[in-house]
Amino acid sequence: MKVSYEKCLHCGCCAGSCPRNAIYLNDYILDFSEDCNKCGRCVKLCPVGALTMERA
Amino acid sequence: MRYDCDVVVVGAGPGGSMAAKYAALGKLNVILIEKKAEIGAPLRCAEGVSKKWLSEIGVEPDPKWICADMAGATIRSPSGFTFQLDESKAGSEVGYVLERHLFDKALAEQAASAGAKIMMRTGCTGVIKDNGKPVGIKVRGMDGDAEIYAKCIVAADGFESQVARWAGLDTTLEMKDIDTCIQYRMTNIDIDPKYCEFVIGSAAPGGYVWIFPKGDRIANVGIGVQAAKCKHGADPKYYLDRYIKKDERLKNGQILEIVGGGVSTCPGLDEAIADNLIVVGDAARIIDPITGGGIAHACRTGMYAGKVLTECAKTGDFSKKALAPYEKMWRDRMEDKLYRNWMAKERFATLSDEILDDLVKMMAESDIGEVNVHNLLKAIKEKYPQVVEGFEDLI
Repeated sequence: MKVSYEKCLHCGCCAGSCPRNAIYLNDYILDFSEDCNKCGRCVKLCPVGALTMERA
Repeated sequence: MRYDCDVVVVGAGPGGSMAAKYAALGKLNVILIEKKAEIGAPLRCAEGVSKKWLSEIGVEPDPKWICADMAGATIRSPSGFTFQLDESKAGSEVGYVLERHLFDKALAEQAASAGAKIMMRTGCTGVIKDNGKPVGIKVRGMDGDAEIYAKCIVAADGFESQVARWAGLDTTLEMKDIDTCIQYRMTNIDIDPKYCEFVIGSAAPGGYVWIFPKGDRIANVGIGVQAAKCKHGADPKYYLDRYIKKDERLKNGQILEIVGGGVSTCPGLDEAIADNLIVVGDAARIIDPITGGGIAHACRTGMYAGKVLTECAKTGDFSKKALAPYEKMWRDRMEDKLYRNWMAKERFATLSDEILDDLVKMMAESDIGEVNVHNLLKAIKEKYPQVVEGFEDLI
């Protein structure tokens, strides 16, 4: 997953909605763990569109 | 580094601070951790609360953290019909607009005065288990990684609700039970500074737009959109910007602050306890599913948790069975209403703008008595029984 830090508000909407509990954030960082299966939920519901799917 | 205590509370929001306060008042050794650099900021909240519950949690209203006192609330339909509730009629549903950054600090101060230790900028990164049971947490802070061992963990980590999941409870939400939100602090706007406003309908699919005044010509203007209705990313921002452009009162406004957040709109976890674990407030998904309001719920559940922990400390038993009174307390106080409003939310999310227009007109015309969600649903039940079909007996 790719994070646009210009957009991210660190609001936690993604982390609380992640079905695999794979996102950790604080005021400064937003990290995806290896549990992320790229389901795309967070991309859809981020209120400011800060997340995009990283294409391999 | 290793710390040992009776109770570790994760998150210094209202729920966490109340739990820490009441556990510390019960003479327990309490550590309260907060991952952010400032308690109560950045904001993740519209800051509107009713007035009645403060006495219930033993907190005196303080002008330091009350930003504005509301005279009532306005519900605005898709075509602009309005229904105004005055304080005399609106009862428990209107009240204050807070300064959350000061309110949250005030509650944390109370926890500290009661004896709780606060560790700032310290985030929980996992739960330590022994024989499958939680016995502590892993944390990451300014001084590096550490472990905090405790007889019981209070998960007060808000919407993220990660601690409970690390401990083994499932707090995963369905997309229909999530509202994704963005809010602007706007100035230079022409609003009534005494009325909180709710705009319903397709302006905010599955949610609403709120305008909560913070003084003259300044307000929290925000939106919640049901996640199941989001398609592209940035949908809440798109809908909020679109609404602001359309609303004559807001279109010359300037933005002073941008915040976001997630809100659950389900009736709460099936179980908010496990061995050595209590989940409170937003982390337990205990939020009014219609309004998205959770401050009162968090404060109540935090207080219940602290009191039950005090009792448990007398025997040293923090098993799920020993914590069961917590589960009973919050359910007795809130469960019926949470469930009823959840059913109502499910239905409202499906209503067309035409029906919502009719409903608001109907409310404006009928004599509802004290206006609260319950009485509104009663009035709707009379004129539009199909809207409440399936949960009539809860009304």
